Amino acid sequence: MSENAALLTVLFAMIGGAIRVSTPFIFVSLGECLTEKSGRINLGLEGTLVFGAMAAYAISFLSGSPWLGVFVAGCCGALLGAVHGWVCKLPRVNDVAIGIALMTFGLGLAFFFGKPYIQPAAPRLPSIPLADWTGNASLATALKVNPLFFVGIALAVFLSWAFRNTRTGLILRTTGDSAAAARAMGVSVDRVRLLATTAGGFLAGVGGSFLSLYYPGSWSEGLSSGQGLMAVALVIFARWDPMRCLFASMMFGAAGAIGPALQSIGITQGYYFFNAAPYVVTLFIMIASSSTKGALASAPGELAVTR
Amino acid sequence: MSALPAHTPAPGRAIGLETAGIGKIFGPLVALDDVSIKVPAGSFHALLGENGAGKSTLVKCIMGFYQPDRGQVMVDGREIQVKNPREARAAGIGMVYQHFTLVPSLTGAENLVISRLDVPAVIDWTAEKKALDTFLQRMPFRVPLDVPVAHLAAGEKQKLEILKQLYLDQRFLILDEPTSVLTPGEADEMLGLVRGMTQRGEITVLMITHKFREVTAFADDVSVLRRGRFAGGGKVSELSHDAMARMMIGDTVVRARAERKPMGKTPVVLHLAGLFAEDDEGLPAVKEFELKVHSGEIVGIAGVSGNGQSQLVEAISGQRELSSGRMFIHDQPFEPKRGAMDRFKVFGLPEEPLKNATVPNMSVAENMAFRSFDKPPIASIGWWLRPGPMRQKARELIARYRVKTPSTETPIANLSGGNVQRAVLARELSGDVDVLIVANPCFGLDFASVAEIRSQIMEQRNRGAAVLLVSEDLDEVLELADRVAVMSGGTITYVAPIGETDRTTIGAHMAGH
Repeated sequence: MSENAALLTVLFAMIGGAIRVSTPFIFVSLGECLTEKSGRINLGLEGTLVFGAMAAYAISFLSGSPWLGVFVAGCCGALLGAVHGWVCKLPRVNDVAIGIALMTFGLGLAFFFGKPYIQPAAPRLPSIPLADWTGNASLATALKVNPLFFVGIALAVFLSWAFRNTRTGLILRTTGDSAAAARAMGVSVDRVRLLATTAGGFLAGVGGSFLSLYYPGSWSEGLSSGQGLMAVALVIFARWDPMRCLFASMMFGAAGAIGPALQSIGITQGYYFFNAAPYVVTLFIMIASSSTKGALASAPGELAVTR
Repeated sequence: MSALPAHTPAPGRAIGLETAGIGKIFGPLVALDDVSIKVPAGSFHALLGENGAGKSTLVKCIMGFYQPDRGQVMVDGREIQVKNPREARAAGIGMVYQHFTLVPSLTGAENLVISRLDVPAVIDWTAEKKALDTFLQRMPFRVPLDVPVAHLAAGEKQKLEILKQLYLDQRFLILDEPTSVLTPGEADEMLGLVRGMTQRGEITVLMITHKFREVTAFADDVSVLRRGRFAGGGKVSELSHDAMARMMIGDTVVRARAERKPMGKTPVVLHLAGLFAEDDEGLPAVKEFELKVHSGEIVGIAGVSGNGQSQLVEAISGQRELSSGRMFIHDQPFEPKRGAMDRFKVFGLPEEPLKNATVPNMSVAENMAFRSFDKPPIASIGWWLRPGPMRQKARELIARYRVKTPSTETPIANLSGGNVQRAVLARELSGDVDVLIVANPCFGLDFASVAEIRSQIMEQRNRGAAVLLVSEDLDEVLELADRVAVMSGGTITYVAPIGETDRTTIGAHMAGH
């Protein structure tokens, strides 16, 4: 294999990886973005993601329809989100602590119900071959794209539009930035946050279904390896902007694809190191975007961490 | 409905409001007792009273935040039941709060549109912008609507708050201390415009205030509350400032002002040389700040809030890093660390003392020992603390500075604002003071506490301390300072001895002219 061809293979693999790996990030980060815009942090999305993955796989296996699995995963996520939203409504409850509790709860529940589904193979989500016509094998593999990726892009565009141009969007931002102002308007702050957390949970659940039904494409306990938590960091990095969430997710995806891409051309040295790339990126982003002096300029004013 | 509430303020649309025998009880506290005030349509009514006199409770009863236990609210002679702020709004009653209720990250236009009850699910911004333009053209003042509110100056925010109420077609406006964040010029302009609207019969205004000057200049009538009761009122033209003050404070004994002792030529004690500091967002807040304070002198720094005063005080008291510049005391370099503050006898009374100068959950005694806990008699061999002497010292200070606290062991957060202020003052002034840094010392305090605290500051000056007083209350600066400096855009734009300047000149410099 010539130098150029190898480079091209790595490049294609990274593009393909960016698309595949980024999809769950897109969904979880958009869900978290939505929740945080309402003034609450849901750290439980890691649990939601894994539970969604398990639920999707189980339903797909039992019913034979992967799309039904995606939907059920979303509903399970919404339920977990609703629990978070409802508990946080109670007086003197800290949303970060509840988030961590729900993360552990979601993980435990997923492992408990997921035991029987580790072995069997469930029908997976289909993909759209975008580059078969080129005749380039590696490009064709890279551009087998799952429809959920496009749904994610559309969702980011929609959210970014809706935050500015709809009544719901403005009320959500108001609630997240100044609960007092929202209350003065007669808006029930708790209800807005409950709905936002529920919707955020739904998206995270859908993100989970992608993990088990498309890439990597099977259910196991080590499936997510912290992607739900990284998505939270990603929202901060993206400064609570859906479009930037999208691009940041793709960047994370590309970073995550370095390891497998290099392996595909026979470079196995430092494989584990390259697999750690997304985590290293997370760490550096958090350091780079941190401030010793105060809250981030564009953070919603009601977030517990910025107040 | 696409856009456009498009109500024209028209003469004769103002509504009158009356409260009849309003009473409100919170547990053991009688917040309001039989308060009746009458605000005829198209009038400008001032509501005077000290903190805790019941002004806020009264307007909150009108606005539907609270339900009065007794009495009625009447609009244009008919009794109305206001169960929540939404119903007040439907009745045409709007309130501009002291703390802004605009959403910082939304633009002015977004703030206005979302405040409407009938916003369509999808907002047609082209139509809305056009409607807003038409609306603004009829308004006496203009505010940029396409930038996030967080970037507006305080005066613009205040105007936007008022615009919002007019946009919502509220015809009875309650203004809660509307000028506290404005320059005297801005305040006069804003109140003048509002006054014009009342005179044309477009709106009725009830303004909560404690500034007599504004009452005399703009209001038709005044009602004074004291300890939850109606203490007097009438036509402003028939009342003197003294008469209003007596209604406000009743027979409370107010400590006489400490005399200003004449000082000759005194040496420079505090020298702030070219200070630069950044705000929380990393933007320059204090720029090339240069000032010398002499012994036995109070330098008052006037300015509209948000012009770098907080950052300046934080930098001098070691709460914020200087990005450049140096400080000298008696010509020796000074770094705001505990040791150096002790050595140079630097003391301070920062704004919001509960947040900036105390540990809220620690006891009064412990908080009062912050400057002395590591020295005998409280500490022995440098680190062994003895609670006995600590409590003993706290008891002395509590008695001397009349701090009202149940015991020395009460968490300081349980004390009222004035008493927290006194406790901190007691701690800071109990020793020998060379340099005193004071920021907004009387914010939100009652007459008696204000007089007490100002006298203490004056006494320190008379004893030879160099005092730097940062205050958003121009009257306070005019009363206490020997020299006035105006801070605008993070730097000093004007300095003058108190005898050679006046309110108008200072006001013009505060506005940045």
